[in-house]
Amino acid sequence: MNRVRRIARLLAVSYWLQIKMLATSAFEGVFQVIYPLFFATTAFLVFRQSNDPHALVYAGLGAAVMGIWSVIATTASGLLQRERWHGTLELLVASPTPFALVLVPTTTAMATQGLYSLVSTLVWAWLLFGITVPVASPVVFVIAIIAAVFSIALIGFLLSVTVVRYRTAWALGNMLEYPGWLLCGFLVPITLFPTWVAWIAYALPPTWGMRAIRSAADGGTPWGSIVMCLLLGVAYGVVGALISETVLRSARRHATLSLT
Amino acid sequence: MPSEPVVEALDLHRSYRTRTGIVRRERKDVEAVRGVSFAIERGELFGLLGPNGAGKTTTIKMLITLLLPTRGTARVLGHDVVDAPRDVRRHIGYVFGGDRGLYERLSALDNLRYFSELYAVPPRDQKQRIGELLELVGLTGREKERVEGFSRGMRQRLHIARGLLHDPAVLFLDEPSIGIDPVGARELRATIAMLREQGKTILLTTHYMFEADELCDRIAVIADGGIVAEGTPEALKQRVRDGHVVEVETFGLPDGHVEVVRSLSGVRSVALEERGQAQVLLVQVEPGAEVTPGVLATLSDTKVGRVSAREPTLEDAYVELVSGS
Repeated sequence: MNRVRRIARLLAVSYWLQIKMLATSAFEGVFQVIYPLFFATTAFLVFRQSNDPHALVYAGLGAAVMGIWSVIATTASGLLQRERWHGTLELLVASPTPFALVLVPTTTAMATQGLYSLVSTLVWAWLLFGITVPVASPVVFVIAIIAAVFSIALIGFLLSVTVVRYRTAWALGNMLEYPGWLLCGFLVPITLFPTWVAWIAYALPPTWGMRAIRSAADGGTPWGSIVMCLLLGVAYGVVGALISETVLRSARRHATLSLT
Repeated sequence: MPSEPVVEALDLHRSYRTRTGIVRRERKDVEAVRGVSFAIERGELFGLLGPNGAGKTTTIKMLITLLLPTRGTARVLGHDVVDAPRDVRRHIGYVFGGDRGLYERLSALDNLRYFSELYAVPPRDQKQRIGELLELVGLTGREKERVEGFSRGMRQRLHIARGLLHDPAVLFLDEPSIGIDPVGARELRATIAMLREQGKTILLTTHYMFEADELCDRIAVIADGGIVAEGTPEALKQRVRDGHVVEVETFGLPDGHVEVVRSLSGVRSVALEERGQAQVLLVQVEPGAEVTPGVLATLSDTKVGRVSAREPTLEDAYVELVSGS
């Protein structure tokens, strides 16, 4: 029990301090708010051509969640590189805490930061395009968002772990950003893709998170999607935790921890 | 029965693979540490002294489990650094020099809170422990300020506090005084001496002779990846005490003269030191030998300033050991 309590406290304190760190940079905060608006605007302009109010709501919700994905894809893969620059990566590795428990609160804080973009996109959609997103079940809607944020954070954890060994692997995150927008069904229904692509999409937690958010907004019952989103997220987290020690050992063997 | 050493390195080797070229990439193995062995007893302050690139940091990183040795073994408090890294990490503290290694956007207090969690310092003890350490390193009253506004000396002191949070039995200090001002360095040395008095076992790497001389119970001189001498500061000084040192100040010393002086009879070793506009030859002389006329003769085409003779210091012993390796 003590061990569980200790881990819970470690995760909570680390998460809070990471949030504190991210929140102190006004530049990054503004960037997280403004950057997704360019893409959201493009999406709204395209979807507006259909003259279908449902399509605009679809795009509004999708563009809002897109920002959370973007934050994780671009920053989680660069997380360890940033720790290298700060000279803290070696200190984190040299601590007795399993590396997975060090990284999960950090990527969760990053995904939480993506909520800025979710709110700003919804406000932008309303102000400039008159898109109002009706939310039939607000509580379930919030639960679906939390599930999506958490599962995206765990993908971020897996992504950050896999790049321990290679210093320039942070570029991988940028490469995943746009395919993620399509594959997770943020803007385009997955049913439009070939079956094999749809299977890849179903293996990604944000696909289920997005589905749950839309269902909650429509007044549907998104619990199945929420559970799938969380299960897949945890599965990604477990894979990350399992490979983290192997990857770290490889980094110790190849002396890549201190390289900048 | 003799007690088991707290830190033990046996024939440690570590090589790095580097690559050159862009189109035709060539791999090259560089051996940074070649067969380093030493043992540190409980409560001892052991110095690892050597020039840049000698293998000090690589050795320390193998001992604190950040690098895997390519050959050899090392144990800390009986735990193997390869097979039981987590057991090693629980009992050691690691502090390195320079101003990196802290979260700039967090306050000193938050930095310490974060590492307290990582080192499983019980919550009920954290507040008191952090308070004591802030007092110890002289940062009481500044703990709520963000680290980005701290001077290098303050950062270094915060590093020390971070390394002591979990009250480790063994401390690894990797050039902790590098880049800090003389007053800060003196305070740091006083802190290290106090930690030794508290019974901590300490491995200190440095290239400052006076620091090693003042603090260390024993010193191992490391050069080119291997240990070239080991003993107490006194024993190391004794190696050169029998002779004396001639210092010759020159201006515009041409290439090749150091080698010529080194080849003179009675010369044990020669080092060249830049002091402002002058280049000073430090000539270590065998006992009873008189080399000054010979040295000056080799410098007939060079402008020579002050010439003096003095007793050897630990630094001279170090220079002889390092240049002779």
